[in-house]
Parts: sequence; C-alpha cells; structure tokens
Amino acid sequence: MRKYIIHSIFLFAIIAIIISCQNQETIDLQNYMSNGKDIYKTRCQNCHGENGEGLGKLAPPLTDSVFLKNNKTRLACIIRNGTNEKMTINGKEYQEKMPAFPELADIDVAQVMVYITNSFGNNQGFVPYNKVSIHLQNCK
Amino acid sequence: MNKIISSIAICLLSIAILSSCKQDKKLPFYGERHAETVRDAAGVEKIDTVYQTIPNWAFLNQDSVLTTNKATDGKVYIADFFFTSCSTICPTMHRNLMTVYNEFKTNPEVMFVSHTIDFKYDKPSVLKKYAQKLGVDGKKWQFLYGSKDSVYTLAEKNYLVAVGEDSTAKDGYIHQGYLVLIDKDRRIRGAYDGTKEDQVEQLKKDIPVLLAEYKK
Repeated sequence: MRKYIIHSIFLFAIIAIIISCQNQETIDLQNYMSNGKDIYKTRCQNCHGENGEGLGKLAPPLTDSVFLKNNKTRLACIIRNGTNEKMTINGKEYQEKMPAFPELADIDVAQVMVYITNSFGNNQGFVPYNKVSIHLQNCK
Repeated sequence: MNKIISSIAICLLSIAILSSCKQDKKLPFYGERHAETVRDAAGVEKIDTVYQTIPNWAFLNQDSVLTTNKATDGKVYIADFFFTSCSTICPTMHRNLMTVYNEFKTNPEVMFVSHTIDFKYDKPSVLKKYAQKLGVDGKKWQFLYGSKDSVYTLAEKNYLVAVGEDSTAKDGYIHQGYLVLIDKDRRIRGAYDGTKEDQVEQLKKDIPVLLAEYKK
C-alpha cells in the first residue's frame, strides 16, 4: 500500500512538471506573439499587409502554411537577410527583392517569425529563440 | 385654428429659407493665390482670384511613351511621388491608392499619376513591371519617369510634396506620402496622407464632390 502511494505521488509530480512546462511554453508563446506583432507592424506590414495578404505580385502573402512549414529553417534567414530568390507561394510565382533587416536581434527575429507562423491562418506553434539563433548561424 | 395653420406655415417657410441658404460643399484651394484684373465675356473689367496651378509637363510613362499634361487635361487626377524599391511607406501608399483606383476604375473623368523619384534605377521598363505586379493595366494610372531636376522641382514647387535623396535613409530616398488631388483646371484641391486609411477614405468621398463642382 505504501509503495502504491509513493508511486502515485511520483506519477503525479511528473504530470505536474509536464503541465507546468507546457504552461511556461504557452506563456512564452504569448510573449513572442505580442512582441512579434509589434515588430510585424513596423517592419513587415507595409508590404505584406495587415492580415498577411501581400501586395499584388510585389510582395507574397504569408498565408501559405505549406511553404512556411517546408522552409521552417530558412524563415529566420529570410527575415534577417532579405531575399531575391524566386518563390512559389499559394501556387503563384514571386520574384521581388525583400530588404534585409540586419538591425533585428535574434530574439526579434524569433518573435516575429513565431508571430507570422501562428497568425493569418497559420498554426505552427512555438520556436524558442536559441533554436532560431542556430538557424541564423547556418544561413547561406 | 387659423393661428395653428399660420404658425405651421411660418415654420415651413423658415425651413425653406434656411435650406435654400445652404451652400453646396466645395473643396478648398491649396497653394499660393493672387488677385488679377480680368475682362469677362462682356468686356467688363473685374477682379478675380488666380490660384496656383500645375504647369505643363512631359515625361516618359511605363510604356516608354512621351506623356504630357494633355493626358490629364480636363480630368480630375491624383498625383503622388514614390519609387519602386521603396520598402517603407510606398507599398502602403499604393495599397491604399489601389482601393481608390478600383473604386473609380470605370470613371473616365478620374486619372492617377505616380512620379518616381528614383531617376537612377526606375526606368520605364522597371515602372512597367512594377505596375503589372501591383495589378494596374492601361492608361488610367500613369507611372512617370523624368530627370531628377524636373521631377523634384515639380514635386516641391508645384505639388507641394517634399522629396529628396538621402544616403542615410534605408532605401536612399526620402519623401512625403501625400496623394494630391488636382481638379480639371490643374488646381490643387486636396492632399491626403496615403499611409493613413482614414485620409484615403476621405479622398474617396472628396473625388465625387470635386466632380460635382463641374456638373453645373
């Protein structure tokens, strides 16, 4: 009986830890989302639009979840360094120069990336900034 | 009984008088003005106000065709200054201006004129690509290329929009995001911040008011 109680307490503790971990992640996500939104408004919205709808064929929309998922490790690099590569987004081809944002720190890039990948109908969850830092170190 | 009828009559009469006094809404005139003595059709001298007008101009448009003020003469048009590689205010300006364009697409009395201030890079072929990618086709919206002198003078002296080169700015140029409303007689009748949605909404309301001035 005593063993049984100890076991259940142990199990309970582990469950509690897991739940509290998730809570911390949820808090982080909310944090990133609100800071990311501010960065998005000042740096991204003028081209990509308030709802990520893009601008004609000049700026692609940010609503292509499949593209965002397939390029998960590249997103941070595109945000920091800009791009002029040809991309196919929502079935349409885009080739315009996106400016670089070298002034954004790793944490800023992470926050705006998390905001974009969890807004406009995207739902790709949380990415911590140390992971984003690794992505940024490996930019081509 | 008679008293009631007469008081109602007085009420109606005063309403009629008041409403007839109401003037039609008119847009203001911008820029400098001076008084001039002119002769009217009957040859009688009178004093008239002369407002600032946009002078003659000639630029290459997005199809590399020499375009002059003849394209906009007799029309109400909206002018702005931008450049294609601008990543700050221009996309927002043109996103908002697109909604105006779409609303007045079928109105032959309304035109759009965008001057590039990037005389180094924005050649007509670049403007053409930009227009196509923005989703603009045809002659209703002209994208104009000209020398630095001609465009910058036109902007600052005539349209009253500040433009300039600035090596410290992110994209190399700075400019104001005004959408300037010009009437059929080349006078400035409004200036709206193209980056602010409420001002662009006001522009959409003011265009019909301006057109109505010419309907009489």
